[in-house]
Formats: sequence, structure tokens, C-alpha cells
Amino acid sequence: MTARALLVRGLLVGLLAGFATFLVAYQVGEPHVETAIALEEAGAHAPAADHTHDEATAGHTHEEHGTVVSRHNQRTWGLLTGSLAVGLALGGIVALVSAATVGRMGRMTPGQSTATIALIGFVSYALVPFLKYPANPPAVGNGDTIGARTGDYFAFVLISVVAAVLCTLLARRLWRQLGTYAAVLAGVGAYVVVVTVAGQLMPTVNEVGDFPADVLWYFRRASLITLATLWAAIGIGLTGLVGALHRRETATTERRALAASL
Amino acid sequence: MSQAPATPATTVEIPSIPLAEIAPWALFFGLLAVLALFFLSAEQGAFSVLSGTAIHEWVHDGRHLLGFPCH
Repeated sequence: MTARALLVRGLLVGLLAGFATFLVAYQVGEPHVETAIALEEAGAHAPAADHTHDEATAGHTHEEHGTVVSRHNQRTWGLLTGSLAVGLALGGIVALVSAATVGRMGRMTPGQSTATIALIGFVSYALVPFLKYPANPPAVGNGDTIGARTGDYFAFVLISVVAAVLCTLLARRLWRQLGTYAAVLAGVGAYVVVVTVAGQLMPTVNEVGDFPADVLWYFRRASLITLATLWAAIGIGLTGLVGALHRRETATTERRALAASL
Repeated sequence: MSQAPATPATTVEIPSIPLAEIAPWALFFGLLAVLALFFLSAEQGAFSVLSGTAIHEWVHDGRHLLGFPCH
């Protein structure tokens, strides 16, 4: 088992996961993006519109001089680009973290530790940040606060991921003295405390205004399904490939040992 | 948790990968991945390394649906 072998598998799985993410995002998410843009364009003509999206014609632009990408390209090739890029990046990262944890997570097999890393990744990078700063459809969000909102979002992601890493190391350290049950409980408990306190301290964003609650919920649900698809595909695919690699290497080692003993 | 009666032959140590071997891969790929995620998530939104809105417009739907603050 080498870093290279895991990275290659992570990139392959990430590419496939990105494609699956695109299909799900297109099918589940795009209808609500379209609804939100239609509402946005209807609202842009109303006098009280307080956002900067005022192009009702071709595509969806933010500035009058902005480059226009047609809605068709945004929801097909553009979405595919984004899905594949995030799939490749996260697939590779999960693979390299899994490479570092193989044989270092208690008695877990390589497949089990890889699955655990993917689960921790989904919770700390996608699920928990989503609970604090959920995805917003077009038309929700004031263009003037994008800098602060992006900063808060990434700060919270960073806190959550760093806390997850430290709590995993904590659980690993406690495992020998306390056993699996107490060590996992301590790690998860410490993580929950850290992100809850951080979530309470960090600013809350509410720029929903009079955007319809049902469309907002449908969009956010679709966004969460999209993120879950990405991480589930990476986790399931990589766990399968790493497990197969481990079985093959174990079989080779056992054959060599047998041959040497003859 | 309950240890089976000690049968040393069955406890196969799972070989780990030396961290020094992973480090260069992690550093190089980590930088690439962070760069890719930056352009996907924040470029021409909260940050503008490149002028214009072409990148923002192109990945617009992905940015929304993958949960990044878009605009």
C-alpha cells in the first residue's frame, strides 16, 4: 500500500463521484435554481429590489459589463465543471488522509479506516458547516456582504475540520486506555462541544428577506442531497477500492510467506 | 472489545504507510486541490484575483448547489 496507489484510486473515484454529483445536482437541484432565478428576475423590476441582479435578459449576470454565460451553459457544462473539480479535489484529499490513517486507527482494516475518514469528512466539511451557514439560492444574499459571508463560512469550515482532526487524534490516543466505546464517545463529544460553541459565537446570516420559504427549503434540501451524494460516492467507492487493494496485498504476502516456509 | 483468547497467529498487523512517504504527495496535491477549490468557490465572488466575472458565471450553479456563498 503506497501513497501513490491510494491517490490514483482517490482521483478515479473522485472523478466518478463528481459525475454522479452533477447528475444529482442537475436533476434534484436545478429546478429550484431556475425557480429562484425566475423570482429574482421578477423581483428585479419591483421598486424595492435590494439586490444587484438586474439583468432579466440573456443569462444571469451580476454587473452590466459582466461576461454573460447562458443559463443553458451554467446548468450543464458549468455545473459539470464545478462538480468534477470538487470531486477530484476531495477524492484526492480523502485518499491521502486515508493513506496516512491506514494501520493507525486502532484495529481498523484499511477499508474501515477509509470509510471512517470519508464519514468524518462529510460531517466536518459538509454537514456541520451547512447547519450553520446553509446554501442559498440565487436571489438570496446581499452582494455587499459577500466578503464577510465567505470569510465566516470558510472560518467555520476551518474550525470544524481542524476540530474533527484533533478530536480523531484524541479518540485514537484514548483508545488504548479507555477502549473503543469511551474513546469514540469522547472524540465525538469534544467535536460537538467545539462546533456548538463556535457556531454560537460566530455571526448569524439572515438575508432571506421575503424569499418564499418553500423554495428556500427545496433548494437547501437539494443542496444537502448534492453534498451527500458527493461524499457518499467518494466514501463508498474509495472504501471498496482500498479494501480490494488490501485483500490483494494480504493474499500476495501470505503466498510469499508460504513459499518462503517451504 | 472482548478480546478473544490469545491466538497470536490471527492478529495480523496492518502495515501503515510512512508519513514521510505521504508528505510530498500531500503537499503538492493539497496545494492543487486548495487552488481548485478556491477558484470554484470564491474567485470573482468574495475575491477577485482575475478581473471580470467569467469564472463566477461559469461555475455559478455549482457554487450555489455545493453550498458555497455565491453572491
